Amino acid sequence: MKLMKRLMAGTVAGVLVATLFASAAHAAEPAAAPAPAAGVNTFNRLMKPKSDRNPAQANDGIHDPTCEGTGLLQLPKEAFKDMPEASSGNYVDWVQALNKQLIKPRYDRKNPNEEPVVLDLDIVREVKGTMPDVVYPHDRHTMWLDCSNCHPDIFIPEKGKNQISMAMILMGQKCGVCHGKVAFPVAECRKCHSKKKDGSGGGKPAAQAEPAKSEPAKKPTK
Amino acid sequence: MKPIGRGFWRLTMALALALCLGMDAALAEYADVVLNSQAEAQGVRPVIYPHWFHRIRFRCKVCHNELGFEMKVGSNQIDMNKILDGKFCGMCHNGDIAWGTEFCDRCHSGLPGLQTGIRGGSKSTGPGEY
Ligand code: HEC
Ligand code: HEC
Ligand code: HEC
Ligand code: HEC
Ligand code: HEC
Ligand code: HEC
Repeated sequence: MKLMKRLMAGTVAGVLVATLFASAAHAAEPAAAPAPAAGVNTFNRLMKPKSDRNPAQANDGIHDPTCEGTGLLQLPKEAFKDMPEASSGNYVDWVQALNKQLIKPRYDRKNPNEEPVVLDLDIVREVKGTMPDVVYPHDRHTMWLDCSNCHPDIFIPEKGKNQISMAMILMGQKCGVCHGKVAFPVAECRKCHSKKKDGSGGGKPAAQAEPAKSEPAKKPTK
Repeated sequence: MKPIGRGFWRLTMALALALCLGMDAALAEYADVVLNSQAEAQGVRPVIYPHWFHRIRFRCKVCHNELGFEMKVGSNQIDMNKILDGKFCGMCHNGDIAWGTEFCDRCHSGLPGLQTGIRGGSKSTGPGEY
């Protein structure tokens, strides 16, 4: 009987401690969804949890986990560890990563010291309605791309000669040739719609401390 | 109906589609490309080309201008003979700039049955899935 009581007390204490620990651990988790109700009524139903981002190749749904090569590939999470975050795509802000020289992608296949030909020319496209105007920055594109990647196949190089709409972009045309495929996706409206109707904003986003054009002059440190 | 109304409706639909479809999109890393026009039919696993890994090392221009990769999935007729001749992936995967073609399963690492196309939320035509 005594033993029984002690056992019970022990169990109760154990459960209490465990509960305390659990709730403490829970409190420490910042924005994690509150304990998901089991079954159909999860807190976030359609939004993907953050933990799903940048999965390891072995369980990304396209690599064969039984293939020896798969295990040798670099984990995206490892590569992106110290990179500035973005809210979609690879969840990496590639413009900032390049500006801050956290990455030093070659501009030439063989010569690591070749520097890009950067054109500093912003094109403002007025947008009807409430959305801020679109600023198309040549500088942040020519750091990655050659003129002939866009001119003349995607865009005639003359302001106003190209009809562009959101529907076209979403269908993978115009800006949508890259945005939504490899460059940041359409979800990040404000990166393109950056010039407020009262004239503020546009050009270089505030987050971008130093103007991009002065950056690429630095030589990559091999 | 005024034309602006129709345009707006189309945009709304497209946006709604883009935002809703996203939810059960594959987990693959954004902009991973599956190349499987012949691979599986020839008895090897589909190829998976990771954009994120390569753009850390090269600007887009290197492949899409210098090396002549068309910016459209499936439009480059890549095969092993061309790669061994130093074209496409073989411009770099030659034991000089990057490891060579003998490491088959680093490129041929895809699950059987995959269709050629861009993954991880990206789509070649139509709204992507985020
Ligand atoms: C412009 C040069 C270049 C081209 C073109 C190129 N690669 Fe690579 N690739 C590299 C370099 C550099 C590495 C890193 C090599 C190393 O680790 O030594 C690499 C690594 C890889 C990796 C391994 C990534 C990891 O996690 O380590 C895979 C897979 C790959 N390439 C596939 C391809 C495929 C498929 C193609 C053609 C469709 C291709 N590459 C074309 C330069 C290139
Ligand atoms: C990522 C795509 C892209 C790249 C790369 C690019 N451009 Fe452009 N360019 C555009 C767009 C978009 C416009 C605006 C067209 C419009 O408003 O209809 C434009 C407009 C222009 C104009 C017309 C400006 C005006 O005021 O009429 C010139 C000139 C131009 N680009 C030159 C270049 C040069 C030179 C390069 C290479 C150093 C280059 N572009 C690279 C997308 C690009
Ligand atoms: C040929 C491919 C290509 C096309 C076409 C293209 N872009 Fe881009 N864009 C890029 C790449 C690559 C980046 C670098 C950032 C990234 O990859 O996410 C970029 C970056 C940007 C940025 C800078 C974002 C920042 O963080 O500062 C803006 C703004 C932008 N694009 C707007 C546009 C608009 C508007 C159009 C159409 C008029 C367009 N782009 C067409 C490839 C493209
Ligand atoms: C890659 C750059 C880019 C991104 C990202 C982007 N837009 Fe746009 N948007 C444009 C361009 C370019 C236009 C056409 C401007 C013009 O008329 O010249 C446009 C036009 C529009 C218009 C006017 C109607 C139309 O279809 O032309 C609306 C509304 C709009 N965008 C909303 C959005 C919303 C909402 C988002 C985020 C979900 C978004 N855009 C993301 C580039 C972008
Ligand atoms: C190492 C080489 C390499 C680099 C660097 C590279 N790409 Fe690609 N890209 C490819 C290959 C390979 C394909 C697939 C071609 C095919 O299927 O025929 C591709 C396909 C594409 C497509 C077509 C997508 C579709 O759905 O049709 C776009 C757009 C693209 N790349 C944009 C970019 C941008 C933007 C960058 C720079 C941020 C970039 N690429 C850097 C090799 C590269
Ligand atoms: C650098 C990346 C890479 C490496 C390494 C590589 N391949 Fe490929 N291979 C490709 C690509 C890309 C294709 C075209 C895929 C498609 O569209 O079907 C391909 C296609 C093939 C095909 C079908 C087309 C053809 O040419 O017959 C076979 C078979 C093949 N590879 C076998 C091999 C073998 C065996 C090895 C190792 C000795 C190997 N590959 C190494 C990238 C690679």
